[in-house]
Amino acid sequence: MRLVLEVWRQEDPAAEGRYETYEVADATPEMSVVELLDRLNEQLVESGGDPVAFESDCREGVCGSCGVTVDERPHGAQANTPSCHQRLARYTDGQRVRIAPLRSAVFPVIRDLVVDRSSLDRVIAAGGHVAIDAGTAPAADLVALDHAAAELALDFAACIGCGACVAACPNGAGHLFVGAKLSHLALLPTGKHERTRRARAMVAEMETDFGPCSSFGACVEVCPAGIPLTAIAAVNKERLRAVWRGGRST
Amino acid sequence: MSAHPTTVTPETTAGTTVPVPTVPGVEGGRALNPNVPDGPPQSAWERRRLAYRLVNPANRRKLKVIVVGTGLAGSGAAAALGELGYQVEAFTYHDAPRRAHSVAAQGGINAARGRKVDNDSIDRFVVDTVKGGDFRGREADAYRLGEESVRVIDHMNAIGAPFAREYGGMLATRSFGGVQVSRTYYTRGQTGQQLQVAGAQALLRQVDAGTVTLRTRHEMLDLIVTDGQVQGVVMRNLLTGQITAHTAHAVVLATGGYGNVFYFSTLAKNSNASAAWRAVQRGALMASPSFIQFHPTALPVSSRWQSKTILMSESLRNDGRIWVPAKAGDERTPDQIPEDERDYYLERRYPTFGNLTPRDVASRNATEQIEAGHGVGPLRNSVYLDFRDAIARVGKQAIAERYGNLFEMYTHATGEDPYTTPMRIAPGAHFTMGGLWSDYDQMTSLPGLFVGGEAGWGYHGANRLGANSLLSAAVDGWFTLPYSVPSYLAGRLGSTPLEADAPAVQEALARTRARVDRLLGVGGTRSATSFHRELGDILYAGCGVHRTAASLTTAIDKIRALRAAFWTDLRVPGTGRRLNQELERAGRVADYLELAELMCLDALDREESCGAHFRGEHQIDGEAARDDERWSFVSAWEVPGDGRFVRHHEPLTFDAVPLQTRSYR
Repeated sequence: MRLVLEVWRQEDPAAEGRYETYEVADATPEMSVVELLDRLNEQLVESGGDPVAFESDCREGVCGSCGVTVDERPHGAQANTPSCHQRLARYTDGQRVRIAPLRSAVFPVIRDLVVDRSSLDRVIAAGGHVAIDAGTAPAADLVALDHAAAELALDFAACIGCGACVAACPNGAGHLFVGAKLSHLALLPTGKHERTRRARAMVAEMETDFGPCSSFGACVEVCPAGIPLTAIAAVNKERLRAVWRGGRST
Repeated sequence: MSAHPTTVTPETTAGTTVPVPTVPGVEGGRALNPNVPDGPPQSAWERRRLAYRLVNPANRRKLKVIVVGTGLAGSGAAAALGELGYQVEAFTYHDAPRRAHSVAAQGGINAARGRKVDNDSIDRFVVDTVKGGDFRGREADAYRLGEESVRVIDHMNAIGAPFAREYGGMLATRSFGGVQVSRTYYTRGQTGQQLQVAGAQALLRQVDAGTVTLRTRHEMLDLIVTDGQVQGVVMRNLLTGQITAHTAHAVVLATGGYGNVFYFSTLAKNSNASAAWRAVQRGALMASPSFIQFHPTALPVSSRWQSKTILMSESLRNDGRIWVPAKAGDERTPDQIPEDERDYYLERRYPTFGNLTPRDVASRNATEQIEAGHGVGPLRNSVYLDFRDAIARVGKQAIAERYGNLFEMYTHATGEDPYTTPMRIAPGAHFTMGGLWSDYDQMTSLPGLFVGGEAGWGYHGANRLGANSLLSAAVDGWFTLPYSVPSYLAGRLGSTPLEADAPAVQEALARTRARVDRLLGVGGTRSATSFHRELGDILYAGCGVHRTAASLTTAIDKIRALRAAFWTDLRVPGTGRRLNQELERAGRVADYLELAELMCLDALDREESCGAHFRGEHQIDGEAARDDERWSFVSAWEVPGDGRFVRHHEPLTFDAVPLQTRSYR
C-alpha cells in the first residue's frame, strides 16, 4: 500500500524543526512503524536524499531504544505496544502517517526523531541500585522471597526504560519510571536495606529534571511493559516514608 | 568423501596431527598455548586464582582499565573492577547501558547449583556443555563456568534480578534443551532483561561512586597497540562525530557476537563485529569464526522489507509438534492435510528427544525439509510448529498460560492465530560460538587485550546449549575478568597510560579518520543496507545451516565481488561531523564484508562436521561426522590483511569428559 509520511526533521538541538512529507509506495500490513522508516531511509539514500535519524535496536520490544510519536501518540495507536511492534495493518492505502520524536521538555531533540533520554539514567545512578559488591551476596536460597512478592517485583522490574510515560504525561513527570524502580527494589530482601536512602536520592534527582505528577494516568496507556498505575503512588509513599524515617537509611 | 569414525580414545587425541591447509590463501600456523593450569581441570580455577598477582588497594586507583560494551559481560566487568577500586572508563554506542542486546535473551540462565535431588552437579554441567558443544570447546573453561555459576545466581539475585520463586520462597528452575536436569533459573520470558538491567544499575552505582566514567553514544573504531601491548582505543562520538583516543593499562572488549553478518538474524539491529574485527586487524586471533548457531524457532522471512528474524522461545518446542507435508510441493492449507500425509520428521528420526533435539539438529533437519520442497508458507521457507494436539490434551487455557505472550507476539508479526493455525518457523542466525581467541585468563593473543561474553569463544565449542549464553557473559564479567585483569595490571604498576601525542596514538587516530573519510567519499549510489542484505543472502546460501566445499567456494567469490562493489558504489549521505547513522551502518557492513570471507574460509578449511558446522561431505546417516583424529583443535585465525590467512591451532584435550559421538536418537 501507499502511505504518505509526515516526518519531523530537525538538524540539531538548536535548529528549528519542521514536518517533511514523503511517500512510501510499497508498505505492507505486517511492517512495523520502524520498518516503514527503514524503507523510507533506503529510498532517501538511493535517491540522493538525507535519511531520517531514529533509534531502534532489538525490535523485540525489550531494549527500549525505539520510541517515536505516531499520529500524536507516543509509540503509536495500539496501547501498551512499543514502536517496533506497532504494525501498519491499521492503515489503508493513501493514508497519512505523522511521525515525530517523543515530545517532552526533559527529552531534548538531538536530530530528527532521536531524543536525549539521559535524564532517566541520572535518576538510576542517583540511587536505583543495590549496594552489594561482586562476591559478597548471600546465597539466594537462604533468603526466602515469597512467590507473590517475586512476581510483583517483576511486574515493576519489567520497565524497558523507553521514556514513553514521560512523553505521554502533560506535565512531563517521571513518576511511572521512578516509582517502578522504587517498588521493584523495595520488594526484594536485598534491596530493602537502603530503601529510605534510595527514595531520597532518586526523588531528589527526579525533581531536578521532571515535572510533577497529577495522576492523569496517560502514562499507563502507552507503557509497553504494562507498569501498573500503583507505581506512581509508590513515589509519594516512598518519599513520605523517607520523611518519617528521619535520619535512618533503611 | 566418507567421514572418519567419530569415537576415538583420548590417547589418540593427544597425538592429533594438524592437517596442512589446502584452501588457497590459507597457511598453517603455530600451536597456541591456552595457558590452562596444569593438573585436573576440576580444580584448575582454584589453582589459577591462587597464582594470580594482586594489587594493593591503595595502588588500584593508579591503574586504568577501558571496558568496551555494557552488556551483561561488559557492565559486570566495569562494575566489579570499579568496586575493587580500579579506574574504569566504560563505553557503549547506546544512549544507555541497559540497552545492550543481552537484554533480549528470553529463556533463562543455567547454574550448576545442584540443590535438587535430580542429580545435577558441576561435573554434570561440564559434561552437558562439552558434549553439547561437540567437543570443540575448552574443557577447563567449562569447569570455571560451572563453578562460578553458583555465585552468579546469588549475585544477580542480590543486585535486583527477581528470579522466579516457588511458593515456598525458594528459587524456581526449569529444563532446557540438551540436558536432563532442571538447572535453568529464569524471570518469566525476560531473564536477559532482568540480568542486564541489574548489571547496568550496578554499573551506574559505580558511576555515582566515581570509580567508573561512562561514555554513552561512543563507538570503538580502532585499537592502540604499541610495545607489544594494547594500550587504548579510538572512539567516535556518535553525536558530534569527534574522533578521540583513550588510553589505559588494559582494555576489555565485551562487544557481543557477529550473527548480524547474516543480515536476517535474531540480533539487535546495531549489534556488530567492528570492535572485534578491528582487534583482528591489529593482530588478535579469531577462533572458529564459522561456528554459528541457527535458532530453529525464529519466524520466517516474509517480506523484502522485513528487518530481522524475530525469535520465539525454544520453550515452545515443549508442546508444539513440528511437521511438514509428506508430499513435496503440497499446496493445501494445513487443516486440509490429513494426519497420515504429515511428516513429523523430528519425532520420526529422533524418537528419544523428538521435538526437543538440540538447536543445531533441529535447524539442520528443518533446512533439509525446506530444501527438499516440503517447506510451507507463501515463500515455502518454513515448517509448521503445531499446537493442535497440545490444545486438545491440556486445553486452550493451559496453553495460553504457558505461551500467551509468545502467541500474541506471533499474531502481531504475522496476522495469523497460532491457536487455530500452526505457527510457521524457520532457522535464523542467532549466536556465534566463535569469537576472539583468548587463553584461560581471557587475554587475547595481544597482551593487555581481554575479551568477555559472546565476543569471545571457549565455552560453547561448536554448539551452545540454551541458557548458557547469559551464564558465560555473567561469569566472564563478574567472576573471571575481575581476577585475571588485575593480575595483568599488577605488572603495569608504575607505568602511566600513553600520552595523547604518542606516535601510536596519533597513528591510530589518523588511520581512523582516513577510514571514515574513505567511507564518506565513495560517492556511489547504493545504501549500506542494500549491500548488507545481499551479503546475508550469500551467507545463508553458502555458509548456513549446512555447507559444502562448492557452496563455500561460491560464497567466497561472491563476497569478494560484493566487497569490490561496496567500495565503488556505496553512498553515505551527510558528513562525519554529526549524528550520521548511515555512516555507522556503512562502517559495520565494511567489516562484515571482510569477516564473512574469513567465516567461509574457516568452514571450507575444516574438513569435518561438528555441532553447528555441518559440512555436507562429512556425515553418517545424516548426522554430523566429527573427525577427532585430524580436527580435535580450535582454529584461531591471523589475518595480516595482505590476502593471507594464517590458521593457528589450539589442540584440545578432554580429561574429564570422554570423547563420544553425540546422539539424540
